Order: sequence, then C-alpha cells, then structure tokens
Amino acid sequence: MKHLITLNVNGDDYTVACESSRTLNEVLREDLGLTGTKLGCGDGDCGACTVMVDGDSVSSCLTLAVACEGRKITTVEGLAKSGEELHPIQDAFIEKGAIQCGFCTAGMEMSALNLLKKNTSPTEEEIRTAISGNLCRCTGYYKIVEAIDSAAEKMRENK
Amino acid sequence: MSEYDIIGESVPRTHTRDKATGAAQYTDDIRLPGMLHGRILRSPYAHARILNIDTSKAKALPGVKCVITGYDLPDVQFGNWRLFPDTQDEYALARDKVRFIGDEVAAVAAINKDVAEEALKLIDVEYEELPASFDIDTSLSEDGPVLHELYKNNISVVRKVSHGDLDKAFEECEYIREDIFDVHAISACYLEPCSSLAKCDDDGKITLWTSTQTPYIVQCLLAAALGMRENDVRVIKPHVGGGFGAKMELRTWDVCAAFMAIKTGKPVKFTLTREEEFATGRRRHPMKLFSKVGCKKDGTLIAKDLRILLDGGAYNAMGPTATFLCGNFGLMLYKYKSYRFLGQHIYTNKPPASAIRGFGSPQSYLATETQMNMIAEDLGIDPIELRRMNAVQEGDEVPELSTIGSCAFSECLDKVIEVSGFNEKRKNPVKGRGIGIGCYSFISGGVFNWFNTQYPFSAVDIKAYEDGTVHLLTMAADIGQGSDTVLPQILAEELGLKMSDIRITSADTAITPQADLGSWGSRVTLMAGNAVIDAASKLKEILFGAVTAHFNFNVIHELACKDGRIFSTGRPDKGLSFGDAVALAQKFHRGVPIVVRGSYTPRGKGLVTPAFSFGAQVAEVEVDEQTGKVEVKKMWTAHDCGTVLNHVSVEGQLEGSIQMGLGYALSEQFNMEDGKTLNKTFLDYKMPSALDMPASDSICIETYENEGPYGAKEAGEGLVGPTAPAIADAVYNATGYRCMDLPITPEKVLKNIKK
Repeated sequence: MKHLITLNVNGDDYTVACESSRTLNEVLREDLGLTGTKLGCGDGDCGACTVMVDGDSVSSCLTLAVACEGRKITTVEGLAKSGEELHPIQDAFIEKGAIQCGFCTAGMEMSALNLLKKNTSPTEEEIRTAISGNLCRCTGYYKIVEAIDSAAEKMRENK
Repeated sequence: MSEYDIIGESVPRTHTRDKATGAAQYTDDIRLPGMLHGRILRSPYAHARILNIDTSKAKALPGVKCVITGYDLPDVQFGNWRLFPDTQDEYALARDKVRFIGDEVAAVAAINKDVAEEALKLIDVEYEELPASFDIDTSLSEDGPVLHELYKNNISVVRKVSHGDLDKAFEECEYIREDIFDVHAISACYLEPCSSLAKCDDDGKITLWTSTQTPYIVQCLLAAALGMRENDVRVIKPHVGGGFGAKMELRTWDVCAAFMAIKTGKPVKFTLTREEEFATGRRRHPMKLFSKVGCKKDGTLIAKDLRILLDGGAYNAMGPTATFLCGNFGLMLYKYKSYRFLGQHIYTNKPPASAIRGFGSPQSYLATETQMNMIAEDLGIDPIELRRMNAVQEGDEVPELSTIGSCAFSECLDKVIEVSGFNEKRKNPVKGRGIGIGCYSFISGGVFNWFNTQYPFSAVDIKAYEDGTVHLLTMAADIGQGSDTVLPQILAEELGLKMSDIRITSADTAITPQADLGSWGSRVTLMAGNAVIDAASKLKEILFGAVTAHFNFNVIHELACKDGRIFSTGRPDKGLSFGDAVALAQKFHRGVPIVVRGSYTPRGKGLVTPAFSFGAQVAEVEVDEQTGKVEVKKMWTAHDCGTVLNHVSVEGQLEGSIQMGLGYALSEQFNMEDGKTLNKTFLDYKMPSALDMPASDSICIETYENEGPYGAKEAGEGLVGPTAPAIADAVYNATGYRCMDLPITPEKVLKNIKK
C-alpha cells in the first residue's frame, strides 16, 4: 500500500507517495534526486548512506521512509550554507586530503556532523569511534580523522 | 626552494568539492528518462550443466520489458588477454554450463528493481549438477572435474622464468630452506558497488556509463561481445567509488545493459548489491607458494626456486597477469645467481580471482620476506643486514626481465630501522610485544601488451586557447587515486600555468584520445604523465616559435613558460602572455585552433615495467596471549617513489594501502563452504574500521626516476605488499609463532603460540 508522506529535507517539504517498504535512502536518491547520499551495502554496515534525522545520524538504507513523516532530515546536500560557502566539515575534508574516491565522503561528513554537534572538542579516540560505522577503503581513515579534528577546531572558533 | 612551481605541491584534488557536497555523480546516481532496472539471475550450483531455461513466466510478469539468457547474446567469449584468444573464457551469461555459485545465467530488465527481482524468481532453470572442485588439489587430481574443455588439466596459464644454472647454484649454497606458504582471497571492498547504465542512440550506437578503471578495454571488449565496431560503443567513466584493480574488465552487467538497451530502446541500468559483490565479486588470488631458497653462510643469496599455484576460480579474469607478475615479484628485491619460477593458474569452482592492489605481490612478498627473516634467524645474521647485503641497486639487471633505474631500497631500510627503533626494540623485548619487518619493490605500469592495444599505452590531447586556458583530454581513468589532479599538475608545470587555467576531460572514449589502457599496475602517473609532457613539448615548440618570431629573437634563445608567460630566458623582460602566444600561433595557422597530441608507449624497457619503486615497512604489535588477538600498535614506512608530485596524494595512497594490508594480514577473508560464500556483509567480512588502524609514520626517500615524469614512479600500490610479512614477523617476535598461512587469526595464534 502506498502512503502519502511529507518529509522535511534540508529545510524543504517534499510530499511523496511511497510503499511502506521503501527506505529513506531510496526516496532520497530516487524520488527526490538527492544522490549525494550513497548506498554502499544496504545492510547498515558501511555508513555511506548516513543522514541526519531530527539531529541524530541514521543509516538511511535501514530507515523506512514512512517512519520519517514530518521529521527533519539533513543530507549532504544540506550541509553547505550556499553554493559558495561550504560547511567547515566539508572545507576540512577538502583541505586535509580526506577525500579520494569520495564514495564514503557524504556518510563520513554526516557522522562527523553528528559527533561535532554533540561534542565540540572530541579526542582522536572519540572521532575514531564516531566514524567506526563508516567504512573507507581509500584513505586508511588517517586524513579523515585529521579533517574532523580540524573542522572541530574551526567550528569552535566560529562560535 | 624547489625548482618547480607546482610539482611537489599538495594541490587539492580536482573534483573534491563536488565529492564533499554530494554533487559528484557516480554511475548509479544517473537516471535517464524511461530507464529500466536490470537484475541478474545467478547459479545456485558450483558446477552444473544447464539443460533448459524457461523465461516465459518472467517475461509475462507485468513491468518486465526484457529477459535474456546466454543464447540470446552473440557467441563471443571475452577476457582482458586479447593477445591470447584462448585465455578469453567468459561469456556474459552462461551458455552450456555454470562454473561457480553466482555465475551469471540470465538477466531481466523491468520498470523497477522490485519487479526485476520478482521476475528472477519466475525464471525456471533446469540444471544437471556436476562434480565440483573447491581447491587446487582437487582440480589438479587425475579425476578432478574439468571446468573448461580447452584445459583438461584445469591449468589455464603456465608461466616460466629462469636464469642461471639452478642446480649448480643450489650446489654452491651452504644453507637451503624450503617452505610452503598459503595465502587467501580478499575482496577489493571498493565502497561503490559495480554499476553500469547503457543507452542506445537512435542510430543504434551505444553509450555506456560504467564504474570502471579501464574505459578503453570495456569499449573494445563490449563492441566485440555485441558484434559491433569499436567506435559504435562509447564508454564514459563517471566518478568511480574505488576499484583497486577489481573493476578493470568488461563485466556481465555492461554487456546485458547494452544489449537490453538495444532490444528495448530504453536505457537500462544494473547496480550490484553488496551481497553480490561479496558472494560473486572479483577477489585477490589465493595462492600456494613453494619457495626454495639457498645462500652462503654469510647470507649471500645464491639461488631461488619458486613454484606458485594460483587458485583462479572459475574463469581467467586477470589471472594470466597475476601468474606473470607473481613470478616477477619473486626476484625483484634481491639478487640471485640463479632463479627459476613456475606459475600455474588453476581453475576451481569458485568466484574468479582477478586483479587487486599489489597484484601478485602481497602473496609473493609474504614468502620472500618471511624466508628472509627465517634465514636471518637461522644463520644468526641481522635481518636488516641480510637484506642490505642482497639488495638490488640502481643499474642492476633483473636477468631476462629488466634493468633497475632509480633505487633507494637500502636507504629505505636504513631509515625505517632508524625511525622505528627496530634494533633497540629487538634488543629489549617486552612480553607480548613484537616488532617485524617487510619490504617490497613494485612496478610503475606494465610493458607487456596483453590487451593487444593498437594505440599508444597512454595518449593525451591538449587544446590551447587565446584566453590563456588549456584543455587536457585523456582517457586515463581517475577512480579516486587522483589522476585528474596529477595530470593537470604536470601540465601546469610544463606550461607555467595555474591549475585553474586547465580544464580536464577524462575517460570518455568518444571524446578523449585513443587510448589509455586504464588505471592499474600504478601505470597512470608515469605513462599518462609522460604523454602530457610529450604533448606539452609539442605545444611549446609551436608557441616558442611564435614568440621567437614576434620578438625576432636570435634562434639560439632559449625560451621558457612560467607564471602564465612565455619569454626568453636570456631576456626575461621580452615575452608574451601564454594566451597572446597562443593567439599569435593561431594567427600563423590562419585561425586553425591549436591542438597537440602526446603519447607514451614503453619501448625497449624489458618485460616487466619501465620503473621500479621500493620500500620497507616495520610493524609493532601487541599480542594478547589469552585471546590470541593481534593489535598492530604502529607502522613505520620508508618508501622510494621517485619524485613526489603531490605529497598529500602520495600520503593518502600510502595510508590507504596500510588499511588494505592490515586487513589482508589479520582480519579479512572469505568464509566458504562447498563454493558458497558465508560472509556476505561488511559485518561478517572484517575490513578494518577507523578503530582498527594503527598509528603510522612514513618517510618518502625521494629519488629521480629517469623514465618517469619529473622523476616520479609508482606510489602506494606496492606498499600493500610488505604489511602482512612485517606484521607476521612482529607476531613471531612477540610469540614465537611464524604464520605461513594468512590471515593471522586469533585462533591460529592461540593454537601455535609458544607457551
């Protein structure tokens, strides 16, 4: 059965008709064309599909779209302030060389956002723990950890 | 201060902004109007004859637009070793037989994924199960099942290397050891599952967007598989979410998407699931290595006899190259008076093994480096000294194969020992702790034309404009390693321009010049980089002529490009802006745009590679004697990758390589039972997470490689080789358990630990 649901994504309301079984990842990518959020495994193991729902990070591949009715969703497309001004996390990922193939990047950035919202001065161990559900094959995570640390510093300065 | 403006600078990667904002488009992100979704039916049997396939019920399901089996497709087998057609053993969809669990049998295209999935269940396949072989011993036995009729003994490729009189050399030896090593398969674990999208244009020509490292190879083989002409197929590589070697072939979904796009008149997209990737995807070759090595009492190596059996799985894939390479790696680090190698690639009823980062070297170096450590211990020689005394040097000949150009292997050894405190830590052991070493040498691209390309190995076009910008076109494929950054970087240095002056278009076979063999074997920086330099020198010839004429310089004036200007080096005040020089040259040609082409093909470079890189790695581990768990505390790396063109990029490659080597050594493996993969998720397949990574220090020992652009050569791929032997050596140092069969699991440690 199809449900008519309204999702607030990156500040805008979108109304979509979807089956109960449809995941948030499918709705974001296929119905709304927000393909910045990736699908790496579909099992909630790799973190490439991570988005924020009401301020918490979730695996969009394991989240049913109907369960997000009326909730506030932030995807990677909603991270930058504008086309010209990126979020400090994005700037740091670029500056520190934390992006290679880029497929894990959106999920990594969302997990970083989730961490930095709750902990403005994370230790390296806390950063590693925060992204332990986000897999990356390119970087060995080193520059990603550095980037998150650097973003935290910038975000503290900006406050 | 560096003599260069931009070479050696960590310029930010091209495309990273798009990747950071989610704007970068990967194949599965592309949706075309009317697009159909494809799914593949796979064999539930490891080895079976297909008696009949009934697709009628699937075809009748509403929403299904096309169902195909092997007999719908042209009778063409494909494989990357086009030079040797007998090695091309794969059909896109099985015809008479299936040869592994997951072998592709039929394909469906439907209006959405759910309908396509439903349709798969409605395809009735009648199989006659055949005896199967899941290991090389069964495949090699007299009564082992035959997988491919052409190879009754299941050995599809044999490779031999030899130099010197081996028997005589072993007679000279005062110490000989023979060991057997057993290494396993791992997944490439690229984060982006394979995906391809095909569209048939109104003139019947195909455009294929595919997640590939080798657009040119896919173009040629796809055209052959469909019975089309090469240039009736256009292959575009969008952003690729990693490949690591495992995306360098024409694959079933490429063929099915294109064929079904022709049949239905609609775009067709296939995207694999992670379960398909784990259960059926390409993997690193499991190998059994029999290595006999002999030396003098003082440690001088004399002879090596290496036999490797490669467990290739059901098809050749990149197996022939693996067979070729692991024998080369067997003699690359050290000098032997005599060396003999026999490699045999053996079919088994398992998913095909293929290329994965390091390709043949992690297996080979586990044997080489472990034996070096064992020899050192047995003969009471310092393991570093043993290496140093046998290490290859610049100018050494690798008999029958190659000559070594730049080489800082010995310096790497010295440095890594120094920074890791290896000797002090060996002298002052701490219970439960150990430190170990592993080394490697690697190639900067191959020189053997197994694909039988009719074009240069790498080629670029440069278009120069009077506004001071240039357009660089190359078929080289950036799959995350950074070629879209380093190639413009080389061009910027050559022409004295800024990165922002250069537009790059890459990896579109209809637009970028023929050809480039793709991103594998660490070939791109060296080969495509040299093609850029070749093209740039041709462009400079034109522009320098124009500027010389403009100022009426004496013909002996040397000219240079720098800071956006072209000027006489003797009279730097006399010059034109780059754009004005282009405008002038264009006028000389009465308006014809300035376009130049450069290329590179290794010629007269032996049989292996134009350039060798080197490195040494030390691992320090802590072993929990209660649980057997090995924790790598720190890795130290010193490597010689020639000139570092972009430090952050090189570091990134090296760091990623440590993650892959760590997983290979300790945690990653396929759990298989009768050909069936049991661990098909990232939860069960233990790829290292951010919490598993050790601290890491690395040092680049810069050399100048004459064959490489600005002295550069391979970086970061070969480093996946020494990690496992270094960790294994550290585990031995900590526990007395010498692991000869990866991975080093807690079970093995507990079982073998010396009480």
